[in-house]
Amino acid sequence: MLSNIGNSLLFLNVIISLLIIYYSYNCLKISNNLIFKKIYNLSLFQSTSILICFFTLISAFLISDFSLINVYQNSHSLKPVFYKISGTWGNHEGSLLLWVIILTIFSFLFLISNNKHPKDYRLYTLIIQNLLILGFLFFILFNSNPFGIVNPVPKEGLGLNPILQDPALAIHPPLLYVGFVGSSIYFSAAMASMISNYNDKPFAKSIKSWVLISWVFQTLGILVGSIWAYYELGWGGFWFWDPVENASLLPWFAMTALLHSLLVLEKRKALYFWTIILCLLTFTLSVTGTFLVRSGILNSVHTFANDPTRGIYILIFLSIMISASVYLLFTKYKPEKSHVSANSKETFVLINNWFMMFYLLTVLLGTLYPIFLDALLKSKISVGPPFYNSVIIPVVVVFLVFMAVGPQAKWIKNRFINLKQLLAILVGAIIINFAIIYFFKSYSVISNLIIISSLFLIISSLFDFLKKSETNLSRILSHLSFGFLIFFIGLNHNFSIEKDFNLKLGETKIIDNYKFVLKDLELYNQSNYKTIIGKLQVRNVITNEERILKPEIRIYENPQTLTYEASILTNFFKDHYLTMSNIDRSEYYNIKFQEKPLMIWIWISTIALSFGGFLSLFRNAKNN
Amino acid sequence: MQKIIKITTSIFFIFILVVFYISLNNTSDYDTENLVGIKLEKIKLESFENKKYLTNENLKKNNFTLINFWASWCAPCRVEHPFLMELSQEKNLKILGVNFKDKRNNALNFLDNLGNPYHYLAKDDQGKQSIGFGIYGIPESILIDKDFIVIKKFVGPLNLEDLNEIKKITNLL
Repeated sequence: MLSNIGNSLLFLNVIISLLIIYYSYNCLKISNNLIFKKIYNLSLFQSTSILICFFTLISAFLISDFSLINVYQNSHSLKPVFYKISGTWGNHEGSLLLWVIILTIFSFLFLISNNKHPKDYRLYTLIIQNLLILGFLFFILFNSNPFGIVNPVPKEGLGLNPILQDPALAIHPPLLYVGFVGSSIYFSAAMASMISNYNDKPFAKSIKSWVLISWVFQTLGILVGSIWAYYELGWGGFWFWDPVENASLLPWFAMTALLHSLLVLEKRKALYFWTIILCLLTFTLSVTGTFLVRSGILNSVHTFANDPTRGIYILIFLSIMISASVYLLFTKYKPEKSHVSANSKETFVLINNWFMMFYLLTVLLGTLYPIFLDALLKSKISVGPPFYNSVIIPVVVVFLVFMAVGPQAKWIKNRFINLKQLLAILVGAIIINFAIIYFFKSYSVISNLIIISSLFLIISSLFDFLKKSETNLSRILSHLSFGFLIFFIGLNHNFSIEKDFNLKLGETKIIDNYKFVLKDLELYNQSNYKTIIGKLQVRNVITNEERILKPEIRIYENPQTLTYEASILTNFFKDHYLTMSNIDRSEYYNIKFQEKPLMIWIWISTIALSFGGFLSLFRNAKNN
Repeated sequence: MQKIIKITTSIFFIFILVVFYISLNNTSDYDTENLVGIKLEKIKLESFENKKYLTNENLKKNNFTLINFWASWCAPCRVEHPFLMELSQEKNLKILGVNFKDKRNNALNFLDNLGNPYHYLAKDDQGKQSIGFGIYGIPESILIDKDFIVIKKFVGPLNLEDLNEIKKITNLL
């Protein structure tokens, strides 16, 4: 029943998309600037029906309708309601439906919110966006249908992978999707802009809000994923340079570069083609990321069951997208006439773009190189944190300095009048850095540089904030919080303490300044898992600070899995992070204890960073 | 100059897409198909029913044996199960099921609900014995002849095509 409804709605959406393309094409032939009313109606109908289609799938999960193979494979009748719902997009098929929803809703919103822009530009955007929608609808219908049925109907489902049963992970995909699928709309708009010769400032204005929306959500999506990795994966880290994490970071770099180049296009009518390239690149990277994750080429916690036919489909889609955009770009490209002075705000924005491209290429290389090597030479290598850290961190130092200086430059022609102030800030940053080193009693050259440069950015941004003439609050907040983000990551990375040892019940162990006692082990039965909870007393023998940490070992039934839940005690100064794992055929437990300074501030800085994007979005909406 | 940029960009993208295509077909990375033709001389699996071991001795009378690795928690195992049920009727073929990292009760429930196609049932609680058969995920099945030579290895759930192929091979006798 639900399967029929879902399939019918998917077919209906194919027809609506075809109709929208057809009517838009007809409408283009008419010379006035009016868009047919029926195109609006169809677009609204399209969004409504795809949402109903998605709710149909959600209800199948809610009522545990195991006649749908997707529900059977990813749900279980005993699962809490919240995870039944999040199970909808926690799998390949359901998440593709979420893709189409975002493509469709963005298409509709772009159509109705840009009515001041010319008809041709809007209609071409609509046509291209609907071609993307069609591509994904066909993918769903012919390869990855969430409404496929299983016969005979199983009595019980197979459950959702326990490490995915987590609130942070339930909201992680939707956030990230709004980010990188949202970038489709400015891909379409960029293509439309080239076709209809609608460029420069008005084009920049029409896509700015969309770039901001996708950037904010991408940032939050990455943040939530990192928070999940931090407390769920039990390694105490939050970023692992895992290829799939990188796949979400690549579009983020492109979006960030785009946000900045849009400023130049808006103010100075320069960098038009560069901006177009970034629009195309962002969505192309998003689809490439999807290809890498879904085709099973990459293996990680994100990998869905391997199916090469999926890979082929996305690869064909990606090839068409790339060829069409590269072809259009080549035919429309004209060298720009506008002149950009070497010392001007334009140049500083360009510098930001160079840095972003540098990060992007580094991460892209690190992610693709092992794949290339494997495909061409059959040799396997793994590119890990040492590569990224050693290539990226030194460059971040210079980048932060430019981030502090750049915004103060003037458009067209700049003169630095506040060199003395900059020098004073630098000296201030160095002094604070040495105070920190003295406090933590630990030293390394690169961490000093990171701390000094991030402090330089923080203090400069604070000075900007105090200047009454400066009104760009969103920029100050974003730059300030990025400074804080790097600052806290630097401190956290350098001054974390880690202890690894084995302990049995009742035993006491003293390591350096810490005394550990495993006081108790308790077994509980929860609704869908059993859990062993350890009670560990951790005492700092110097400060006499005492804390009780309760790590868990969970045994899930459906599907049968063992997970280790870290116990984390957070305050504004530091996190205490402890995991416990059983050792086969032994009464000992392996304990991993970490003290991580200022952890919570990393999350807060990232939230503030995306809030800066929100502010900019509001300001932009108000100005238009 | 522009022409050079255009050509380089195009080559760059084509290169990337081609490599992606090659990688897609490269899923044989962990494949153990090279097992085909090799003789499994020392089969030793713990029996599911008792503490004894199943060895070559138990299987030597069979014309063909299909060794199937499965678990109750494995979704694709349910998908292939009807095919195993059908194969269990073949006269020249016996099926040895290896219950992989499973709970005894769950495994028994699985067979009660879906039927038991196995002539022999072994277990591998730790997943260690299966390594010797080149198993890296389940379900997987290995078809051997009476000399214990691997004729064919099936990675992933058996499908209709595999079913017909196995029937064809075993009925050639």
